[in-house]
Amino acid sequence: MSQRYQAQIYVTLRPSVLDPAGTAVRSGLQQLGVEGVGDVRIGKYVELTLDADDDADARQKVDLMCDRLLANPTIENYRFEVSAMAEEVRA
Amino acid sequence: MKVGVLVFPGSNCDRDVVYVTQEILGQPTRKIWHRDTDLGDVDVVVIPGGFSYGDYLRCGAIARFSPIMPSVVEHARQGKYVLGICNGFQILTEVGLLPGALVRNRNLHFICDRLPLKVERTDLFWTQHYRSDRPIVLPVAHGEGRYHADAETLAQLEDNGQVLFRYCSATGEVTDEANPNGSLNNIAGICNNAQNVIGMMPHPERASDAIVGGTDGLALFKGILESVAVAR
Repeated sequence: MSQRYQAQIYVTLRPSVLDPAGTAVRSGLQQLGVEGVGDVRIGKYVELTLDADDDADARQKVDLMCDRLLANPTIENYRFEVSAMAEEVRA
Repeated sequence: MKVGVLVFPGSNCDRDVVYVTQEILGQPTRKIWHRDTDLGDVDVVVIPGGFSYGDYLRCGAIARFSPIMPSVVEHARQGKYVLGICNGFQILTEVGLLPGALVRNRNLHFICDRLPLKVERTDLFWTQHYRSDRPIVLPVAHGEGRYHADAETLAQLEDNGQVLFRYCSATGEVTDEANPNGSLNNIAGICNNAQNVIGMMPHPERASDAIVGGTDGLALFKGILESVAVAR
């Protein structure tokens, strides 16, 4: 029987890819007056729900979605967490 | 030469391309909606510029999954011609017909300008009317046009002669100062290894009628036209 899962997905630029937006935000943070801010890198956070047979199935589906669409492996890395949703949350 | 111009929600250079191929060059041209699945008998597929799907997620990322795209990939696999301009170039990298990716400009500026380009290869049908010692000037309009690829891919592109256009100075020097967006190796346009698929960030269709200033782009379309005529 399938179960509802929630996935939390983090997409980040590969270290070798320049992040000019991160650099711009860093200068904003310096203007804010907070000292000691080092590198700033901007990524994406994606939250989604899906039906899956079990944990392994959910992870496999999320991995496919990340590899094919949510991230571009040429320029980005990704990681994710999946967790089964409680029944009452679904109702 | 039969031309098919793809239209996605958010495409905005489709009519410019149709004007060039149909009105200026007199070739039968039709627009192909992204939900179609059949390219029909078109010889050349043009993927125009714009902001397909609002550039959501990444430029070209969602367009790549449009119903028409499997037919475009098959068209390319058969050795037929595909030209991607600006957003079209981004879509071609996302779908894997061209290597690398196009990411946010180095200086964060949306660049809207007319820039000189060095034509690296003049032995391809596409570029046969250009000269490598004479820069051409084409309009450029993008916020995410910085060409990126890993070192190995970049070396392959260079070794195979797949770089067609580079940003250069008015006199043709390929320098960092002449690089508007931080593209690796000043790359503005490339082709696949088989040389039938090309992608470029500058807009040749916007420089094909003297009334809007500059006609350096028209030779590219003429080159394709002649190559299709030869193939027949």
